[in-house]
Amino acid sequence: MGNRCAVIGVGQTYYTTKRRDVSIAGLVREAALRALEDAGLTFKDIDAVVIGKAPDLFEGVMMPEAYLADALGAAGKPMMRVHTAGSVGGSTALVGASLIQGGVHERVLVVAFEKQSESNATWALSTHLPFSASLVVGAGGYFAPHIREYMRRTGAPGHIGTLVAVKDRLNALKNPYAHLKIPGIDQKMVESTPMLWEPIRYLETCPSSDGACAIVLSSESAATGTPAWVHGAAMRSEPIFRAARDTVSPQAGKDCAADVYRQAGIADPRRQIDVAEVYVPFSWYEPMWLENLGFAAEGEGWKLTEAGATALDGDTPWNASGGVLSSNPIGASGLIRFAEAALQVRGMAGEHQVDGARTALGHAYGGGAQFFAMWIVGREKP
Amino acid sequence: MPSDPLVAQHVLEFPGGYTRTTGPVIGRFLSELRARRIVGARTAEGRVLVPPLEYDPATGEPVTGEYVEVGPAGTITTWAWVDEPLPGHPLDHPFAWALIKLDGADTALLHAVAADDPKALSAGSRVWPVWRDRPTGHITDLSHFVPEVTKIVSNVRAEYRLQAGGALRVFLEGVARGILLGSRCARCEKVYVPLRLACPECGSDLPDTLELPDTGTITTFAINNLPDPRAPEVPFVSAYILLDGADIPMIALIGDVPAHEVRQGMRVRAVWVPENERTASMANIRWFAPTGEPDVELT
Repeated sequence: MGNRCAVIGVGQTYYTTKRRDVSIAGLVREAALRALEDAGLTFKDIDAVVIGKAPDLFEGVMMPEAYLADALGAAGKPMMRVHTAGSVGGSTALVGASLIQGGVHERVLVVAFEKQSESNATWALSTHLPFSASLVVGAGGYFAPHIREYMRRTGAPGHIGTLVAVKDRLNALKNPYAHLKIPGIDQKMVESTPMLWEPIRYLETCPSSDGACAIVLSSESAATGTPAWVHGAAMRSEPIFRAARDTVSPQAGKDCAADVYRQAGIADPRRQIDVAEVYVPFSWYEPMWLENLGFAAEGEGWKLTEAGATALDGDTPWNASGGVLSSNPIGASGLIRFAEAALQVRGMAGEHQVDGARTALGHAYGGGAQFFAMWIVGREKP
Repeated sequence: MPSDPLVAQHVLEFPGGYTRTTGPVIGRFLSELRARRIVGARTAEGRVLVPPLEYDPATGEPVTGEYVEVGPAGTITTWAWVDEPLPGHPLDHPFAWALIKLDGADTALLHAVAADDPKALSAGSRVWPVWRDRPTGHITDLSHFVPEVTKIVSNVRAEYRLQAGGALRVFLEGVARGILLGSRCARCEKVYVPLRLACPECGSDLPDTLELPDTGTITTFAINNLPDPRAPEVPFVSAYILLDGADIPMIALIGDVPAHEVRQGMRVRAVWVPENERTASMANIRWFAPTGEPDVELT
């Protein structure tokens, strides 16, 4: 795994539907400056900048990293951009970490963003190329059939998705940065919202958000403040069109989890991980990922959700921050998971802090559930 | 209503308009306006009055004689919306009368603000002046104010010429003849449809082209309640269909059955458009429709 790497700063913008008051550069600077402030550093202390975001078609700015380099203090420094669709925020953190772990740099600034209000993600994801017969309408249209298949295989009762939709939004009420704040949300409210892509209801989907997240990574010798230490880091991908591909529990996700657990010495994730920030953009992906990530046996994930095990006061809290279901600046969503995991083990998660969290999982997935990025961070050095 | 002989129109207008002397302070203000600058007068207490006066209205003392350039932008302190402008109003479409505190001024100037609708304005809104083309030294040299620029529209358009090459061309030429072509991996023996040249699993060539039937089984599906130009109605069902003999499903529209009667495991067959309407395109298949065979049990 190479040299030790720590998260020493985290910065987020307040996530919202439309940040009308800032440019894209202003948005990313807001997160970056907060992360630097958290670390007690300035741009001068940074050796390299890694930028992540989802497809350029979302904002219609080609290669925005080129234009953002100087906004992020990267003049005269190495700068690169990462793109792995929805998992990009996680992948960006891992590319940044690899620069520390490989001994290339002492301090790396990692920034990811999306300003969804500049266009419309469903449009950008449904470009209808000629000759194609694909009838997929947006991300929900893509994932709905796989959720239906999960329900068929496991016999999970239909209300499980609504439990996650409520639980994550209740957590969001404790997170000042969260986008969706729905006081009084309950199962009945979720059930009363229309089916968009059956079996996905409106309130079982993530919002469209503007926002940016940034972290400062450092080597052991350059660490400042309260570090969260990286105990494991892994990425995997798999072809979206592959015969016998399991779209409900993709092999790449299982392999990625096995790899990151091996590095961190985790044999029983449900017992050994104190809090998990997992990419759940549609409510049913919580039970699905509970199985894919080995927190539950195959077919049993929904039972953990139903029993409240993943609630903030459960034995294995998932998405204490409110998760992607509550804030979704797509390109940043994965990095927010990774950053929230770090905040938890640093004891800096505020009202949604899981008491005594020492080990946390950050997870992101992207594309047609074909790209995976995960890390395990801990309070102690590995 | 018949006209009432005891009602008459009467106009009172001094021919040519009144000549009004400005005095030195207002005169300076209007001269500056003509030069497209806005100035205020400084009071003995240091406040900046805009529009300027010859005296401080609070104390009655003369102003200092110092002129201060202010604005040109300012902030709305309060405003009233005018839905139906009257003759003589500065704008002929709905607008707001607003008190605008120009940057650097201590008092607010009354002027018109053009906005698309009242929701676009609030106390605190930033506004900028629009100048009349030919200033003459009159308050109307400032035609009106408009909200600050906070957003631009950026048209991005990329035009491509897409050419179906290699495997896709062979597949679509088959579709033009009403045939679905697949290919089999030489190593793992999986059958891919649409036909492709390399196996996504193992990277091997897919040398064997084979014709697949237009029947298959729905493995899973979504009921879409969002409209789509490619679907005839809402809700519509987009389904994964495993063609008989294939190892990977295709996504296609399901028709001839109400959305909520579609099932996982349902047997379906392609419904082709009439032969004389066919092109080298998947539009040749209108949708897949149930065959009526018993459902297949999915594993």
